[in-house]
Amino acid sequence: MSDLSYVRTEMLDEREPPGGETGFVKWVRENLFSGIGSGILTILAVFFIYKVLAGILPWTFQSSWTASSLTECREVIAHAYGEGTDGACWSVITERYKQLLFGFYPKELYWRPILAFILLGAAIAPVLFDKIPRKMLIFSAIYPFLGFWLVWGGSVWFPICVMLAFVIGYYSSVMLPAIIGSLGAVIAAMILPLIWWLFFAGPVSEMLHAIVPIGLTQVASHQLGGFMLSILIGIVGVSLSLPIGILLALGRQSSLFVVKTICVGFIEFIRGVPLITLLFVASTLLNYFLPPGTNFDLVLRVMIMVTLFASAYMAEVIRGGLAAIPTGQYEAAAALGLDFWKSTRLIIMPQALKISIPNIVSNFIGLFKDTTLVSIIGLLDPLGLSTGIRANQEWNGIVWELYAFIALMFWIICFSMSRYSMYLERKLKTGH
Amino acid sequence: MAMADQVASQQSFRLSMLIYDSRYRSMTIQVVALMLFMLAVAWLLSNAASNLAALGKPLGFGFLSQPAGYDINQRLIEYTSQSTHARAALVGLLNTLLVAVMGCLLATFLGVGAGVLRLSNNWIVARLMTVYIESFRNVPVLLWILLTLAIMVESLPTPKMFRGEDAEATLKLFDSVAVTNRGIYIPKPLFLDGSMPLIIVFFLSIAAIFLFGRWAKKRQDETGAILPTFWIKLGILIVPALLIFFVTGQPMALEYPELKGFNFKGGFHMRNSLIALWLALSFYTGAFIAEAVRAGIQAVSHGQSEAAFALGLRPNRTMSLIVLPQALRVIIPPLISQYLNLTKNSSLAIAVGYMDITGTLGGITLNQTGREMETLMLLMAAYLTISITVSVGMNWYNESIKMRER
Repeated sequence: MSDLSYVRTEMLDEREPPGGETGFVKWVRENLFSGIGSGILTILAVFFIYKVLAGILPWTFQSSWTASSLTECREVIAHAYGEGTDGACWSVITERYKQLLFGFYPKELYWRPILAFILLGAAIAPVLFDKIPRKMLIFSAIYPFLGFWLVWGGSVWFPICVMLAFVIGYYSSVMLPAIIGSLGAVIAAMILPLIWWLFFAGPVSEMLHAIVPIGLTQVASHQLGGFMLSILIGIVGVSLSLPIGILLALGRQSSLFVVKTICVGFIEFIRGVPLITLLFVASTLLNYFLPPGTNFDLVLRVMIMVTLFASAYMAEVIRGGLAAIPTGQYEAAAALGLDFWKSTRLIIMPQALKISIPNIVSNFIGLFKDTTLVSIIGLLDPLGLSTGIRANQEWNGIVWELYAFIALMFWIICFSMSRYSMYLERKLKTGH
Repeated sequence: MAMADQVASQQSFRLSMLIYDSRYRSMTIQVVALMLFMLAVAWLLSNAASNLAALGKPLGFGFLSQPAGYDINQRLIEYTSQSTHARAALVGLLNTLLVAVMGCLLATFLGVGAGVLRLSNNWIVARLMTVYIESFRNVPVLLWILLTLAIMVESLPTPKMFRGEDAEATLKLFDSVAVTNRGIYIPKPLFLDGSMPLIIVFFLSIAAIFLFGRWAKKRQDETGAILPTFWIKLGILIVPALLIFFVTGQPMALEYPELKGFNFKGGFHMRNSLIALWLALSFYTGAFIAEAVRAGIQAVSHGQSEAAFALGLRPNRTMSLIVLPQALRVIIPPLISQYLNLTKNSSLAIAVGYMDITGTLGGITLNQTGREMETLMLLMAAYLTISITVSVGMNWYNESIKMRER
């Protein structure tokens, strides 16, 4: 029986794939024109992008960076690119960028907010990146007082005396339990610092200042402005709201009816009203609720209301983190004999905070953007300053350049923070 | 165990048990917390009372019935400067609701569109949507509102440009819509005599559409036969109304905007402030909704769409029948909070001069009467009511579409 089947013994040469199946053409076909609808969308998108770029790019680049007023700038552009050219006057930014960054902060003292900002990086680094030695956290704890002193100036003894209250609180919670029992120590640790603040901090700091006068030139709050003010309000809001938010979240989870009701009431009230109404409260109403004669400045009042606002949102974020912790963790902590505060501090909170960090960051982004609202009650944040610059004789009539600059700054800051939070989300995802 | 309880209860009550006995401790903490809370509130209130008394402004809402004395150009109900402050607040509240409802609708539309398109296979469209979402999310909404207003005021044609034979600007959409830098004028429907039957028929058609939809769904559930519901519904909506319109002798007309003097007259005038606020809020919130939609879609397991493809469903139907209904359960909760955010952000109307409730009650009324306490209390109460109503309503909807666990 002969073998009838025919088998080729040598292979054909490999052929190139058809032209439409390789390289750029294939990519275009699959990613831009995979169907009729997709093709139409692509063409619309390209048309839209062309329209936008054709409008914006010439305006952006046929511009003047040096003119000292709007009329001069228009002349320069008309001279360089022909009559009727519509170009950007970026010179308003080069001339006023310091104001947009610092407000009316004295020029010769700019190094102080800049130094405070750099130190801020050092202070939050150990919180953000876990590779940095833990010892740095001590600096993070000192930083709020240092930053306050750098920005507002005044005697160095005042922040130190305020800080002493925390030292007193810490030592009374460590030393006193042996003498008056643990409960008494907790109460003392809360009351002693308050007494110190109310009755001793002021006189003692004045006395110390009289003996050793170390201080910086005082800068009034109304001189603060620009992005410095936005960042300041944002940072104060988020850092103070974190501890308050943790307490509120714990209160909301609590089985104690009264505590829970108070916390839920506070959180839902704050979350139910717009920030602008709270800012109105800060600007017109807050002084009514304080003892007659008390009057402290608007920036501080705004910071108080922003902190309250942020803490309600922070509480919800942390509640989300708490809800994600399996009951087994609580039970295991209880089985080890830990009481409520110990288990919260050692077992629950570290995990809950870890889960909620990305949300805390996005919360902060929201808060930072919301600081622009303070321009409505007359503080000079970048938007408030831009109104002032536009009312100025030299720059009367300028619109887009200022908005573009402010928007770009906000975009850079917020976008990089949101990227950071996404990086965290990936890093913290230890599950599968 | 029982013995121990007995022993414990037989022991006389000692004061320290309030703290160290877990039976009483929670009560002690609550009482202390309540007392501290009451003390704090009492302190704040007594301060407020003495401060207000010192200023000679006792708490009272009598000012609400006094004439407001200011005009509101954007209003949904009758209002003159002789109306009361309460009426002004109501006009403001309605304006808030108007921009909030319009904003929620447009934001949902934009957000769902952008969220779905961001996941599309089309490279350039997906990138474009990413740019939209990232640029709107990372810039303050107040800036967007001011920028939109600036674009409308600075770059749209003035009414003057519509004048003359070879005018620089023309009316849009078959000469019916005037887009000017003083606002947009759209045709206004006029209800002439005898238009009542038309309106009744129109509403009856809407009711009929709902009934038909339910019947068609039931029929499909029972027999599996699918009706072309969309076209039939469209027919029910249009055909009877059109018939009645011609039978009763065209009792409805459109009033077109016309250039008279220095400005457009006639038609419905949508002011710049309203449009700027509406567009900016919608685009801003839309970007957040798009992210929620994207997260929701990605939360639906990939197997679901693969299974749908295996059944032979095309991508569009897979999206609308399989993926979106399941994604909706993930999307609804963030959507609720975005609607609430939009409503609260509408208070930024004050920056562009749109007279919402913050502008009337919290703005001019506050400044004219000097009653900060009362106006801000009312303002906050109004926003709280809106927020709670929206969240209760949306939570109810969320419950109704939640997956029934079996």
